Amino acid sequence: MNQGRNVLRAIVLTLGFAFLYIPIVSLIVYSFNKSRLVTVWGGFSTKWYGELLRNEQILNAAWLSLKVAAIAATLAVVLGTLAGLVLARFGPFKGRTLLSGLTTAPLVMPEVITGLSLLLLFVTMEQLIGWPQGRGMTTIIISHITFTMAFVTIIVQSRLAQMDDSLEEAAMDLGARPHKVFFLITLPIIAPALMSGWLLAFTLSLDDLVITSFVAGPGSSTLPMVIFSKVRLGVSPDINALATILVLIVAVGALIAGVFTARQQKIRDRDAQMALAANQQMIESLKKG
Amino acid sequence: MDRVLRLLPRGRALVTAVPYVWLLLFFLIPFAIVLKISFSSTLIAMPPYEPLLHWTAEKVVQIKLNFGNYAFLVEDNLYWMAYLNSIKVAAISTLLCLLIGYPIAYSIARSNPSTRNILMLLIVLPFWTSFLLRVYAWIGILKNNGLLNNFLMWIGVIDQPIQMLQTDFAVYVGIVYSYLPFMILPLYANLEKMDLTLLEAAADLGCRPWQAFYKVTLPLSVPGIIAGCLLVFIPAVGEFVIPSLLGDPGMLMIGKVLWTEFFNNRDWPVASAVAIALLLFLVIPIMYYQRAQDAEAGGGVHR
Repeated sequence: MNQGRNVLRAIVLTLGFAFLYIPIVSLIVYSFNKSRLVTVWGGFSTKWYGELLRNEQILNAAWLSLKVAAIAATLAVVLGTLAGLVLARFGPFKGRTLLSGLTTAPLVMPEVITGLSLLLLFVTMEQLIGWPQGRGMTTIIISHITFTMAFVTIIVQSRLAQMDDSLEEAAMDLGARPHKVFFLITLPIIAPALMSGWLLAFTLSLDDLVITSFVAGPGSSTLPMVIFSKVRLGVSPDINALATILVLIVAVGALIAGVFTARQQKIRDRDAQMALAANQQMIESLKKG
Repeated sequence: MDRVLRLLPRGRALVTAVPYVWLLLFFLIPFAIVLKISFSSTLIAMPPYEPLLHWTAEKVVQIKLNFGNYAFLVEDNLYWMAYLNSIKVAAISTLLCLLIGYPIAYSIARSNPSTRNILMLLIVLPFWTSFLLRVYAWIGILKNNGLLNNFLMWIGVIDQPIQMLQTDFAVYVGIVYSYLPFMILPLYANLEKMDLTLLEAAADLGCRPWQAFYKVTLPLSVPGIIAGCLLVFIPAVGEFVIPSLLGDPGMLMIGKVLWTEFFNNRDWPVASAVAIALLLFLVIPIMYYQRAQDAEAGGGVHR
């Protein structure tokens, strides 16, 4: 009975993961294909990687995308943390519902709507106050902050909701000012959540096509825009090479994160054990005494 | 100067004001502008629309509202078809995501606690690689001389390639593939924290396993199902990238229509009207999702 269930579970998981990973594996395999026809195998070759590294348009776009993503993710973490803190710790206040709505709506809002509305805002602002002048990196960064900070807010808010607030209260009782409590107690505890929020914001910004296409001006094409205009015309092997590099970076990052969390867990377990042992010792010595 | 400084918000108020003002300015106000421009007329200029407010010679403000864009949306079948088709495609994709995602989430939630985290990491991992490139991968799989057709011909199921790319089928595959993690995550979160003693109780009372699933597990997982479905359905309605890369060029999806009006026809007012109409349709599911999300996040109001 139980065995049958285990077999069924194994089948479901195998099929599910095959569906999720076969497309990614196929991208990688065909990036080493000599033939230009992506799906006809013409022998092993790394020439598409060379071609990718000589493609100035792609390199420039990648550089712009990395800059935008780094700046946008950093600012999104700052704003998202503030919003998460307000929602998780400040209790009910007038306008809380609106703020909470404003932070979750971007998560599900279709990108075409967000992109169009931001562009129209930038055009209107330029007419009214002369800023931002034209469209380019600034407008892309502002837009990316806006849609990625929602994700940071959710992460920070749920981390704070899980967190035991007695530490913060203790610090407050000992006379620490609220900002001191935040920087000395809250921030170090939620730091891993901020890190994953930053990485998520960075990835989403690096990947965004639709919103960026609306708010980017001429001459500021990001990597997804270049990729989209290329793959619209069909498959091209240098894009496979690019995808492979990206997958490699993500895999290495996941591995490092995995090892890091496992080690942290081990340290925590050891500390807990030591504390327990010390406690035991103390109780015993008290008994003897 | 001191007096001005004192007027500035401090402490709590400042912490609240910074993200609040940002979101009001860059998320809420833009919708008001879209609404405004949806009532203006097209001009061949930059920006390509007529202002709504006119200062006439007598210093009187004249407001010109043009309902033509909305009338246009109602009269032209193209838009209706696009809306209905988008809803149909999003609904079917959501259902497929649920049917595929539920068994996966269930299997993971009932695995060993030690393997659960690794399996969930593997579910989320593709999400960290580019969405655009993952959709692109399906072009290579679905095209006429692609992987799937070659495989099917090799095992002898078909003798000549079937057209899969540029069909509705390809769009469903693309949406299900891209949004599956969004379905699995809330479902898993729900199923994982379920009290398993309830199932034991059901078994003790004579329930067969599938009966216990149908009568206990499934009803208890409804919040997860709703969250997952909304997380897939709402963005899928406005999806642009997947239908334009995998679908038939003539396939009507509202996201594509908005894109074409804006970039190809440069008709900003009509594009705005399309966006407002889409938003009106989605506002209820979005608010519903937001409520569920806020309740899930602990609300924080307990303090």
